[in-house]
Amino acid sequence: MIDFVVHDEGDSVGVVVVEGVKAGEEITGWVMDQNVDIKFKAASDIPIGHKLAIKAMQEGDTVIKYGTDIGKVVSDIGVGEHAHVHNIKTKRW
Amino acid sequence: MSQDLSSATFSGYRRENGRVGVRNHVIILPVDDLSNAACEAVANNIPNAMAIPHPYGRLQFGEDLELHFRTLIGTGANPNVAAVVVIGIENGWTQKIVDGIAATGKPVTGFGIEQHGDHETIMEASKVAKEYVQWASELTREAAPLSELWVSTKCGESDTTSGCGSNPTVGNAFDKLYPHGATLLFGETSEITGGEHLVAARCRNDEVRERFMFMFNRYQDLIERFKTSDLSDSQPTKGNIEGGLTTIEEKALGNIQKIGKECMVDGVLDKAEAPTGPGLWFMDSSSAAAEMVTLSAAAGYVVHFFPTGQGNIIGNPILPVIKICANPRTVRTMGEHVDVDVSGLLRREMSPSDAGDKLLESMFRTANGRLTSAEALGHREFVLTRLYESA
Repeated sequence: MIDFVVHDEGDSVGVVVVEGVKAGEEITGWVMDQNVDIKFKAASDIPIGHKLAIKAMQEGDTVIKYGTDIGKVVSDIGVGEHAHVHNIKTKRW
Repeated sequence: MSQDLSSATFSGYRRENGRVGVRNHVIILPVDDLSNAACEAVANNIPNAMAIPHPYGRLQFGEDLELHFRTLIGTGANPNVAAVVVIGIENGWTQKIVDGIAATGKPVTGFGIEQHGDHETIMEASKVAKEYVQWASELTREAAPLSELWVSTKCGESDTTSGCGSNPTVGNAFDKLYPHGATLLFGETSEITGGEHLVAARCRNDEVRERFMFMFNRYQDLIERFKTSDLSDSQPTKGNIEGGLTTIEEKALGNIQKIGKECMVDGVLDKAEAPTGPGLWFMDSSSAAAEMVTLSAAAGYVVHFFPTGQGNIIGNPILPVIKICANPRTVRTMGEHVDVDVSGLLRREMSPSDAGDKLLESMFRTANGRLTSAEALGHREFVLTRLYESA
């Protein structure tokens, strides 16, 4: 059973692909490019399609997904926490 | 591969100019907003003809007017269209569109409303539409190879499942169609922001790369000129953000999964411009679904792949739009809009290649005549791109 997917092992976030992930739950991720499984404890309730941090990130850090820069951290994010518009912003525009 | 694509054929309508369409529409095309009522009345009189109303066509000028003409002429010229009745308020611009469509050799007749009024125009146009509908009803399909199939793609209401599921499904299908000489299209210029270096690296040569970067930078300049914020809620959209996409860079990297891993970008087109050969083309275009799909139809594409995450429900009057979705919640709650369910990808129940094959199977069935969900539900969004204000 896959709860979240990660595009590349170098990524700092994964995507929840099941409904109803709750804080404290042990969840299993699939790293697609390397085809390996990883396990994390969710630190927030995370809706389907939303991201969780799989690495701790500090304000100012670059967020990596698909092995590529997807924006900057504007508020520290702990491992397993919900990562979205409240703590990540675009570097463009 | 479930199917040997080198010998695969689809069944379509060969038009006078040699292009092959997969639909056989007779359309009633207004030149301008004023002529919508007459066009809709003709389509009401002749039920197998389809009016394509739109809100523009008056006092446009310069490049914006050229795009208007190119889009309307391209729509009429599309091989999914058998014949066209054009109605405009006056004869001049009406005739310009008639002449543009007539270059394909297909039947087309224009009517100007001035000095006739709606009643006489509707009556005369209905007589022609009736003849066209009966004539078109005797046209038959013939087998054609994939090298005669033009397939466009654009995604909408994307979420993170688009980037890991439905968009790579299109990419896999494009990688399989490309070696067989299909003519492919992607676009959505602003939605490549953050992944432009990856698209540039896939361009066939320096000339194509320079043209791509010209189009990309032209759109960035437009955004910089008019923006009042970082475009949060516009690009990504509210729906994208609800679906978990956070930044334009993240959305763009998911978006460009649609061009697969192997096919090269062979050429770059301006809006509604037709490609001149097979391969993968980039078209400078808005990322708004109906605008981009309308431009794809005007460029001559006959089948469209539309991945969605949160559930964009778009269709087009003449271009069958196949919806692909990997989000299990969307498949559950909006299943009537989904043609190809690839949610199994995210459960590891299917491989990307399985998903690509499933889409190709749907593509062949659609090309051969099966209505897409959007067609069956009556979605006919026809949205013209405007470049600036009217005079």
